[in-house]
Amino acid sequence: MRLLNLFKIATKAIVLNKTRTLLTMLGIIIGVASVIAMLAIGEGSKESIRTTISAMGSNMITVKAGADTRGGVRQEASVMESLTLSDYKAIKKQATLLSYSTPVVEGKGQVINGSNNWPSSIYGVNPEYLNIKVVDLQSGSMFTDAEVQTAAKVALIGQTVVDNVFPDGEEPVGQMIRFNNIPFKVIGVLEEKGENTFGQDQDDVVIAPYTTVQKRILAITHLNQIMASAVSEEEAPNAVLEVSQILREQHKLMDTEDDDFHVRSMEELISTFSSTSEMLTILLVAVASISLLIGGIGIMNIMYVSVKERTKEIGLRMAVGAKGADILMQFLIEAILISITGGVLGVILGLGATVFIEKFLNWPTSVALYSIVISFAVCAVTGIFFGWYPARKASALDPITALRYE
Amino acid sequence: MSKAIIKIEDLKREFTMGTETVHALRGISFDIKEGEFVTIMGSSGSGKSTMLNILGCLDQPTSGTYEIDGVRVKDLSRNELATIRNEKIGFIFQSYNLLARTSAIENVELPLLYNSKVSTEERRKRAIEALEKVGLGERLHHTPSQLSGGQQQRVAIARSLVNNPVMILADEATGNLDTRTSYEIMSLFQELNKQGITITFVTHEPDIATFSSRTIVLKDGEVMQDYNNHNVQSAANELAKLPKQDD
Repeated sequence: MRLLNLFKIATKAIVLNKTRTLLTMLGIIIGVASVIAMLAIGEGSKESIRTTISAMGSNMITVKAGADTRGGVRQEASVMESLTLSDYKAIKKQATLLSYSTPVVEGKGQVINGSNNWPSSIYGVNPEYLNIKVVDLQSGSMFTDAEVQTAAKVALIGQTVVDNVFPDGEEPVGQMIRFNNIPFKVIGVLEEKGENTFGQDQDDVVIAPYTTVQKRILAITHLNQIMASAVSEEEAPNAVLEVSQILREQHKLMDTEDDDFHVRSMEELISTFSSTSEMLTILLVAVASISLLIGGIGIMNIMYVSVKERTKEIGLRMAVGAKGADILMQFLIEAILISITGGVLGVILGLGATVFIEKFLNWPTSVALYSIVISFAVCAVTGIFFGWYPARKASALDPITALRYE
Repeated sequence: MSKAIIKIEDLKREFTMGTETVHALRGISFDIKEGEFVTIMGSSGSGKSTMLNILGCLDQPTSGTYEIDGVRVKDLSRNELATIRNEKIGFIFQSYNLLARTSAIENVELPLLYNSKVSTEERRKRAIEALEKVGLGERLHHTPSQLSGGQQQRVAIARSLVNNPVMILADEATGNLDTRTSYEIMSLFQELNKQGITITFVTHEPDIATFSSRTIVLKDGEVMQDYNNHNVQSAANELAKLPKQDD
């Protein structure tokens, strides 16, 4: 009852001083809104980086031949021929932390269908490639292990290749194409993946059994890469170590010798990216906290002035029977109401700003629940904290002096 | 014989100003009985304001006893004093002290807001009754800025009545008003007094004292005179005698 009355008194005071209240709230509103919007941007960027990477197969591990030096000239890794099929087989046999693996050979050439042709890359892999790269088929089917063993002339093509060599919209599956004059039967079309984070068109590919590409197109016996996927993203670093160990034994490297290969996991990429965006988030939070703090000081300022300005009123209230605690509560409720209302408006504005940024500026955002909870809690606490001191001061006033105050 | 509402005995109040002790009240004793209309007079420095503060339970005496409606005020805590002010005393100030931008009725309700025994409906009902008593039944929702000085003081009087106090304590209540309006206010006080309300009126204007039934004159912190006024003037009559206004 008593609290309800004090609540009424406090709301009345707020309503009577609309402009002043609004100006005070503005600090809190902007503070909360910026916390939410900035964290949403930070989270959104982080998430978009993560999804981009996981589309590449986030638990993917790649093994490439290491750079060598010939006569003082360092060589590009791709010219190395140190990665062989027996390396792949050793990994396949010994590694315990890998769920899928495939040898990879790659080459470039011209895809030809009748009068249409298109320069593209061919990747020779085994059927597990699709699982590693997290690619689905749009139509048709993947080649089989048997087709790998027989070096069958079958291929799957990406959407970009389809668009360019089948411009009339005919169904590619079942058609014959030529890659560097070797005829291939198209048995499937890969689902569109678009560009990867580095701007490479992931749909501009031809996939064929690695045996076929090795023998019929490239005429090589070594491998360009070995691709694998770790059983889980958490195990990826351990899988890297395991694969390295197997390859060192396989290549008979002494303890003093460096690796003649590179094993990389996406985990490293992820952590690089997320630590970058973590820093971004910290920076944003720091900026936002400062605006919340300034909002809080704004509340204190206004409440302090308000106590001074209403000294006589406080004296009157005390004369007609308000206790110190009543006055304290009145001002505290006022401060809390201002900060909570400001907080609610801030959340709304923040969400609005987030939607705006997402829709019109095309910046990926993701509103984290914790950012709403935190900013709201902070602003309520700010209200109590910064409202307490002036309220305390008001309640301690001597009614006689307060009444005489001009 | 009506009972004494206020009992004051050998009341002293001292203030310490640096190293000096100021004796504002030097042993004052008097009783105020129910239904009396007392004016406390005195020039500035007479201890009048200190007396008022103590009577109003805004201040505590240094020594001596002060009893209001059977409650010994000495040694009460700040909160207990607030409750006494809330339930037993109605304050009227020289400068009205109404809440700005707040309607008359809400101003009158104010003391009851701090009394949790009074419900919202009763609060409103009593505020309307009080405003009707002072002749402002038509102006319940006017804010102070829409009211004249005399009307504002009437709102303040209604506010002092609303908690059914044992005593109304007025501090120079006509000090800011012209003669005509102050006579109007005084006649309202006399009317309320006739209805049995005890009024203590602190003033330095001698003509105000002629409207009361008893006058206590303070000087240098002591009671100089304390006499019953056998020839109480009627404020309404005095008002009628004033020259007619041209406006």
